[in-house]
Amino acid sequence: MSALLLIEQILNGLQSGVMLFLMAAGLTLVFGVMGLINLAHGSLYMVGAFAAAGAAAATGSFVVALVAALAAAAAAGALIEMLVIRRLYERDHLDQVLATFALILILSEGTRWLFGSFPLYLDVPDWLSGSVTLPGGIQYPLYRLAIIVVGLAVAAGLFGLISRTRLGIRIRAGEADREMIAALGVDISKLYTMVFALGAALAGLAGALVGAIQSVQVGMGEPVLILAFVVIVIGGIGSIKGAFIGALLVGLTETLGGVLLPQLFGLFMDPSAATTVGASLASMAIYILMAVVLIWRPSGLFGVRA
Amino acid sequence: MKMTKLAALAAATMLAGMPAAWAEGVKVGMITTLSGGGAGLGIDARDGFMLAVKLAGRDDLDVVIEDDQRKPEIAVQLADKMIQSEKVDVLTGIIWSNLAMAVVPAAVAQGKFYLSVNAAPSALAGKGCNPNYFSVSYQNDNLHEAAGAYLAKAGFKKPFILAPNYPAGKDSLTGMKRFYTGELAGEVYTKLGQTDYAAEIAQIRASGADSVFFFLPGGMGISFMKQYADSGVNLPVVGPAFSFDQGILGAVGQAALGVKNTSQWSKDIDNAANKAFVDGFQAEYGRLPSLYAAQGFDTANLLISAMNKADVKDADAFRAALKEADFPSVRGKFSFASNNHPIQDIYVREVVMEGDVITNKIVDTAMTDHANAYVDACKM
Repeated sequence: MSALLLIEQILNGLQSGVMLFLMAAGLTLVFGVMGLINLAHGSLYMVGAFAAAGAAAATGSFVVALVAALAAAAAAGALIEMLVIRRLYERDHLDQVLATFALILILSEGTRWLFGSFPLYLDVPDWLSGSVTLPGGIQYPLYRLAIIVVGLAVAAGLFGLISRTRLGIRIRAGEADREMIAALGVDISKLYTMVFALGAALAGLAGALVGAIQSVQVGMGEPVLILAFVVIVIGGIGSIKGAFIGALLVGLTETLGGVLLPQLFGLFMDPSAATTVGASLASMAIYILMAVVLIWRPSGLFGVRA
Repeated sequence: MKMTKLAALAAATMLAGMPAAWAEGVKVGMITTLSGGGAGLGIDARDGFMLAVKLAGRDDLDVVIEDDQRKPEIAVQLADKMIQSEKVDVLTGIIWSNLAMAVVPAAVAQGKFYLSVNAAPSALAGKGCNPNYFSVSYQNDNLHEAAGAYLAKAGFKKPFILAPNYPAGKDSLTGMKRFYTGELAGEVYTKLGQTDYAAEIAQIRASGADSVFFFLPGGMGISFMKQYADSGVNLPVVGPAFSFDQGILGAVGQAALGVKNTSQWSKDIDNAANKAFVDGFQAEYGRLPSLYAAQGFDTANLLISAMNKADVKDADAFRAALKEADFPSVRGKFSFASNNHPIQDIYVREVVMEGDVITNKIVDTAMTDHANAYVDACKM
């Protein structure tokens, strides 16, 4: 394999990593601050993608579509938090899993009822379509570069928010000791709604960005949700930094594993068997990575909880 | 007197309206996917089936429809319920091969008929064939075989081929290679459900291929085509109809234009049955029909043709009537091979823009009177 192809594949891994980060950030914040397992996070990703496809079809503008995705997912998140999630904080994890699983079914069928059973159309805007030539002669799609830039910018913004703003202080305090900050006069239920809406908005943004190059359809969020859980387990639950490193690790492992493993087996097996074995092993690669990380650090790379 | 005449007329009309086969009619259990990600396919198959029932005006055909949610265990429960408490005579509707494998062998073993509107795995065509199981759609390998035959015929020398890493994906590449025996630029199995194909597209670019063959059903194909179109790799694409069917083209958009795909049906096949189907479907449901709708429509018409000839309670006669396939298929000619799978022509369609609708038109015939590779393995 040439060096150029390898660099291109690393960029691909990076791109899928930053999108995973947008998903995992919300999931890890909600889990860290509220102690809640939210299976419906993938549905918020779907809500974002559908809102973007709807807005793009109505206005033709991709920027409006992104804004619509953020707004719709944040609104859906806030609504879900106030109507359902709020009643679950005191319950055990099994109840949370059951209730949020029910939310997946409700949101999926609700979306199907609103938008129909067929996949929707959402495309890359003209000003971001096509590919650019990077130094070294790599042809790379402009839209994927844009996704990497947006993802990194959001990550930087989120770090700033958590470490430098009052809201960030409250979020970190909420993670450390939620009774204490409630006693200190912070309106904890408002904080929870905000954190949940923030996580939902990030998931919605990821859904809209990815929806333009993938398919906007019911159930699109669940496969991503599984990966996002792997990411937060690797990174350490509750840690934004962990989610970022974990997302990049998972993105790179998945992309490079899928490309390199079949070629590795091709060195000593016949091509057809090598593709089969390599592809099967590549599907397992991220779970093997997770197992290795957990053996080495049982609470994840940057996990704070024992 | 007048009243008597009227009553006699009514009785005569009723009699004329009755099927030649006497009894209380046929009860059909349709198990198909109506919710979740793959719902579009099941809904189209159901709508096509019900349209044929409606056009035929058969009120002695009772259809019970249930949603399998694309889950094998639910499909099995529904089949048990339909056979035991609803007492259906015929089962149909399953879209996915893994669900068909869970339901069909048990249903035909209990003496029920199964007519497939879509799924037709090789296991049910070869050794596991059964006289009560008929596939009205195709044998799963058919469209892939036709794509391979077309690639060879069109003179491509180095296709890059990819499919998901699961049984139907492996059958796809095997079927394709059965009729394309030349050199390959690369052969890749992707993860089932994969949505990002940047890595594979980079491999295609680097491989020196002269064409791309892919089988990526559902959302996978939408993702691949959009990303492929945006990548600047401009090699011709050939694939089975699944990723270029009417229900999906709207979501792929212009990225699909010019792609060649193989299908046993297209809305521009010129015969009276197809015209009635396409017009009727649009009038009834307000959208263009898909391949799955066409298969559902043919399945219902096959069933109705058998009902006109025999009573479903007389299993031998009914089976023989089904096997005759004496119905006006939307595909034109249609007959069953000895393993109860179709012998039919498979066309090459091109994705084109008609007005502001993206759709398919036939540009070539890939295979004529094609049956399947499992005929000899089936002993019945």
